[in-house]
Amino acid sequence: MIDQKPILEVSNLCTTFRRGGVDLPAVRDVSFSVGQGEVLGLVGESGSGKSVTLRSILGLSRRYGDVTGEVRWLGQDIASMPERKLRHIRGREIAMIFQEPMTSLNPLLTVGMQLTETLKAHTDLNRAARRDRAIEMLDHVGIPSAASRLGEFPHQFSGGMRQRVMIAIALAASPKLLLADEPTTALDVTIQAQILDLILSLADEMQMGVILVTHDLGVVAQTCENVAVMYAGRVVEQGAVRQVLGAPRHPYTVGLMRSVPQNVPPRTQLYSVPGTPPSLEALPVGCAFASRCQNRTERCLTARPTLDAITDDRRVACFNPVAAEKAGAA
Amino acid sequence: MNEPVMTIENLGLEFPLGRTLYDVVQRRPGRVVNALNGVSLQLNKGETLGVVGESGCGKSTLARCIVRLYEPQHGQIHYHGQDIFEAEAKKDRSYNRRVQMMFQDPYSSLNPRMTTGQILSEALRVHDMRPANEIPARVAELLDLVRLPQDAADKLPHEFSGGQRQRIAIARSLAVEPEVLIADELVSALDVSVQAQVVNLLLELQERLNLTILFVAHDLRLVRHVSNRVAVIYLGRIVEIGDSETLFSRPSHPYSQALLSAAPSLDPDDKGKAIRLEGELPSPLNVPSGCPFHVRCRHATELCKREVPALLPRDGRGEVACHHVEELN
Ligand SMILES: Nc1ncnc2c1ncn2[C@@H]1O[C@H](COP(=O)(O)OP(=O)(O)OP(=O)(O)O)[C@@H](O)[C@H]1O
Ligand SMILES: Nc1ncnc2c1ncn2[C@@H]1O[C@H](COP(=O)(O)OP(=O)(O)O)[C@@H](O)[C@H]1O
Ligand code: SF4
Ligand code: SF4
Ligand SMILES: [Mg+2]
Ligand SMILES: [Mg+2]
Repeated sequence: MIDQKPILEVSNLCTTFRRGGVDLPAVRDVSFSVGQGEVLGLVGESGSGKSVTLRSILGLSRRYGDVTGEVRWLGQDIASMPERKLRHIRGREIAMIFQEPMTSLNPLLTVGMQLTETLKAHTDLNRAARRDRAIEMLDHVGIPSAASRLGEFPHQFSGGMRQRVMIAIALAASPKLLLADEPTTALDVTIQAQILDLILSLADEMQMGVILVTHDLGVVAQTCENVAVMYAGRVVEQGAVRQVLGAPRHPYTVGLMRSVPQNVPPRTQLYSVPGTPPSLEALPVGCAFASRCQNRTERCLTARPTLDAITDDRRVACFNPVAAEKAGAA
Repeated sequence: MNEPVMTIENLGLEFPLGRTLYDVVQRRPGRVVNALNGVSLQLNKGETLGVVGESGCGKSTLARCIVRLYEPQHGQIHYHGQDIFEAEAKKDRSYNRRVQMMFQDPYSSLNPRMTTGQILSEALRVHDMRPANEIPARVAELLDLVRLPQDAADKLPHEFSGGQRQRIAIARSLAVEPEVLIADELVSALDVSVQAQVVNLLLELQERLNLTILFVAHDLRLVRHVSNRVAVIYLGRIVEIGDSETLFSRPSHPYSQALLSAAPSLDPDDKGKAIRLEGELPSPLNVPSGCPFHVRCRHATELCKREVPALLPRDGRGEVACHHVEELN
């Protein structure tokens, strides 16, 4: 499925914000590609740069910070494309589902108007067809009585329903690439299953590529082919889902897998990676995970590990990766 | 152990919707959303009651009624025997401190122009929790409690990531030393490792302070882990309630069974085990007759279309609202 040429190629993406004269390296040297119909998972601690990565791909970080590196969309570098041209790609070819639905839906417009506006901007459908399509999309994402709820305002919907409206808007114009930032985090499992099914079927039938940011490793396991794990702005482990989740090699990924409440006695303390991620203003010179890592050695404090291939389709940024046998048992 | 802190009886709440253009064209009156429909439950001292159910089923509405953000049209809520919606009780501000809501969307509930330190100090001041000179030390303690660095005190909400903001909101709730925490999707926006920290924190604080927690979440693994008891809600009604381990290992209600089977497994090879629900999606605008689940239930009969099943106790298996629960299990 991913044999074809990738549709999106991100190379050495770096995004830096400035705050009170200090540089914040929110994203560092992130590289990956997404093929037609491929679903790539992006996981990592909050603040690790997942959302900034997605926003940088869409050219939405430039207003607030400094973006370097290359973002090739169908062969064309869009990182340096002027805003005016980029606007034709955004929403139409590449759509994004934002993490905070209430801040991205317009509270003053009805749900129906917001959907049909998107369709007006990005498709050639006429008025009646736009309305039909809007109902069809709401129906797809599981909004009951879709036709009669078009006239309602976002605050009349529950949190999960607003999130589904966002998803409907993003998918309405049949994009070729979907950037989905925690799209099902606010949803319950039955609707989540339905929406993931919808995204997967679009990936399959329309050959839509997807980058799925989530912190639910179960969702990654059930939906993605490949996954990249981010920590403090960098990708620390990347590879096929089956391998990364089945036998994680980076100590941080191992910690993530261990914190899932599964096979632990109820109401007991869960495993959690000790410490907190370093603040971006004060990243250590060596490995950013060092202060929390059990495998740490002298070298980790002075040099930064690069993301290197340890097998054909697995890359890890660690001087002392967890042994393959041990990882499998974790 | 079973000392009730909160007793909820037959709670019902409808939201009137304004008439839409569509309603006008159809020549019909504005409609109502049946958000809660006869919900009864008891919250016991020191327990965690998990609440699960499809989006829009009324979980947040229930939570909001408990903290008096909404006033139900039917039924009652008693807190230590006192009706919380009675005129006198409504003036009692201490209830607002004793029963704390933690919000689903922390961003909209944090004042964007106040630093974390100011947000926490304000909570302490408004409820007279500490003399002015002890406030800075308590703020430091609270930041520590939720594992935020001390320099977080000087930052504004927008300078934090979603997960960090959630921890600020938790610190604010804990500042006023509540008895009951209403945690509506509290950890849903957090990644697993932070989720684990927050859940550990909640369990630890619960034991230390004997907190009573209503835990609304859609991560079933997590609900199972933290809850003593669990209530499954469908279209504004409790369809099953009981001991958490029993309910999760052997759900009795057909909807609970479908819901639990939809939780995504960590094993990529575990595909296709979920019971996919078919049929029309439920709408609180148009609650089906009889058992509200009958339009999607594989086991529905004529009886189910006609009569609402009552929530009845089953031997050692909690309470279930299904006409055919005995034959099916
Ligand atoms: N202010 C309001 N006006 C009109 N309808 C509302 C309002 N608030 C909630 N509703 C409706 O009431 C029903 C229950 O909403 P509620 O927010 O309790 O759902 P929920 O179970 O918390 O869902 P989620 O899992 O998505 O958060 C939904 O149909 C919702 O659209
Ligand atoms: N507009 C901004 N200005 C300054 N810092 C920001 C901005 N947006 C995000 N950040 C910071 O960048 C880092 C990465 O954020 P984000 O990508 O949102 O994390 P996540 O992985 O949780 O999605 C965080 O430390 C966040 O505080
Ligand atoms: S490089 Fe060193 S500190 Fe970093 S994850 Fe690997 S072992 Fe741990
Ligand atoms: S009462 Fe009937 S329709 Fe409802 S859950 Fe039971 S079997 Fe299904
Ligand atoms: Mg994010
Ligand atoms: Mg809710």
